[in-house]
Amino acid sequence: MGAVETLEILTSGPLTTVQDRGRFGFGRYGVPPSGAVDSFSLRVGNLLVGNREDEASLEITVIGPKIIALIDVIIAITGADLQPKVNETPLEMWCSHLLKKGDVLSFKGPKSGCRAYLAIGGGISVQNIMGSKSTNLAAQFGGLEGRPFKKGDTISSDSPARYLKAVGRSFDKALIPSYEKDQVLRVISGPQDDHFSTKAKEIFLGSPFQVTPQSDRTGIRLAGPRIETKKNLKESIISEGVVPGAVQIPGDAQPIIILGETVTGGYRKIATVISADLPLLGQLKPGDTVNFLKVSMDEAYQAIGSVSTGAALFQSSV
Amino acid sequence: MKNMLYSNPQYRVMGDRALLVELGDEIDVEVNNKVRELFVAIKADPLEGVVETIPSYRSLLLIFDPLKTTLSLLQNRVDLLKTLDLSQLPEPRRIEIPVLYGSEYGPDLEWVAGYHGITPDEVIRLHTAHTYHVYMIGFMPGFPYMGELPEALMTPRRETPRTVVPRGSVALAQRQTGIYSTQSPGGWQIIGRTPLTLFDPGKWPPALLEMGDRVKFFAIDEEEMTDWEQ
Repeated sequence: MGAVETLEILTSGPLTTVQDRGRFGFGRYGVPPSGAVDSFSLRVGNLLVGNREDEASLEITVIGPKIIALIDVIIAITGADLQPKVNETPLEMWCSHLLKKGDVLSFKGPKSGCRAYLAIGGGISVQNIMGSKSTNLAAQFGGLEGRPFKKGDTISSDSPARYLKAVGRSFDKALIPSYEKDQVLRVISGPQDDHFSTKAKEIFLGSPFQVTPQSDRTGIRLAGPRIETKKNLKESIISEGVVPGAVQIPGDAQPIIILGETVTGGYRKIATVISADLPLLGQLKPGDTVNFLKVSMDEAYQAIGSVSTGAALFQSSV
Repeated sequence: MKNMLYSNPQYRVMGDRALLVELGDEIDVEVNNKVRELFVAIKADPLEGVVETIPSYRSLLLIFDPLKTTLSLLQNRVDLLKTLDLSQLPEPRRIEIPVLYGSEYGPDLEWVAGYHGITPDEVIRLHTAHTYHVYMIGFMPGFPYMGELPEALMTPRRETPRTVVPRGSVALAQRQTGIYSTQSPGGWQIIGRTPLTLFDPGKWPPALLEMGDRVKFFAIDEEEMTDWEQ
């Protein structure tokens, strides 16, 4: 049966792209991972519609597109609550639904969170580049011609009819994350925490920071009290590899949380967000407040364990 | 004797799934070659659970799956690796890169010449006379950080970065020279443009250059530029 056109974009939101778990193993060539910023929502959405959990979905940012179904297809929406509706009926999130040919999916507007994920039974049929379908916007490759969706674009999926039986699945309500306007992010100190005074580290851990409108897929830019580096240090360090979640302090002393569009950087990292809290980064939006909480490595690994167990249990249930 | 090279790797943790292995504390070819040795050794005998290995000037970042390995296991493996015979390091590749210097292709050439009190031709002569070491690829896919520039070409970044730097732009900043592999904003001084494609996601390998390569530039004229582009 192969790839079949399933959806057409009637109007585009400001930024809707194809993203999967990301592109790994090409850092030596300067190629960043890209991928869904909220990987938890991506995984659950895919499992709901019967896909592999690492299949590509549409990552929808704040304002949703308007989409028409070209054939009967299974979808699920996870992540930010942008108040999805089908025709005029509100659509329950974190559940799989059948879109009938001609149904129109739209979004009333953002209620909580920043990025919603639209998973499609049969996935998204775009070229796999370096092991991933994710869109790299800066270098303009991956996903749909390396760009966001625009009006008139169509989406194809692989054998969508085979997935119709996945209708009516739902994710355990108790496990659905809530996206608070005040978010606590757990961090491990370092790698360059020794470049900051005890006072600066206290300010970092003891103050709220506000997410600024300059935030995007490359990083979450925060505004708050200045985090000063120790005196007599150069403004930057020798560039080195970085991971999503690393909290860098550039010359203006305001933190930036690095996301998956960067491979190397030359600013000091005072702390790094733990793996279990990375999906939350995808749901922070301008105006939200962030507090950093220092945890031990053991606590970080326990947290990973609990997230993986939740997803694994769900996977085995579907 | 140089003491910028550490006798033992220094480790820093970057969260719960990345280990930074530092081998020295300077931007220096000898330090960078040590990073390359470690990188090549790990590529030849991959470390279980490592999903990404990012080499840079003086360090190697190992990103791993915390469900498959641990920080202490990785650290032990790297400690063992560094005592292995690493003389198998492949010879650096030598790559020549054509550049159309000046005019619209190198809008900062005149400024750079003025800054050093030399003619634009002298800037071109100096830039093409040296062979550069590729320290790392980063900033954007396929962008090579190369050095060292001769003293007479060491130039500060532009005070106001450009919002658009065309793909292929050959640029200077401090002691380094680089090539914009994709169009992007940028603050380096642009002295010319190469018709070569530095990054092509559809090809293998996707980047023209990699860490350890030796690069020499040569000047071409507008007609040759057109020929190269075809």
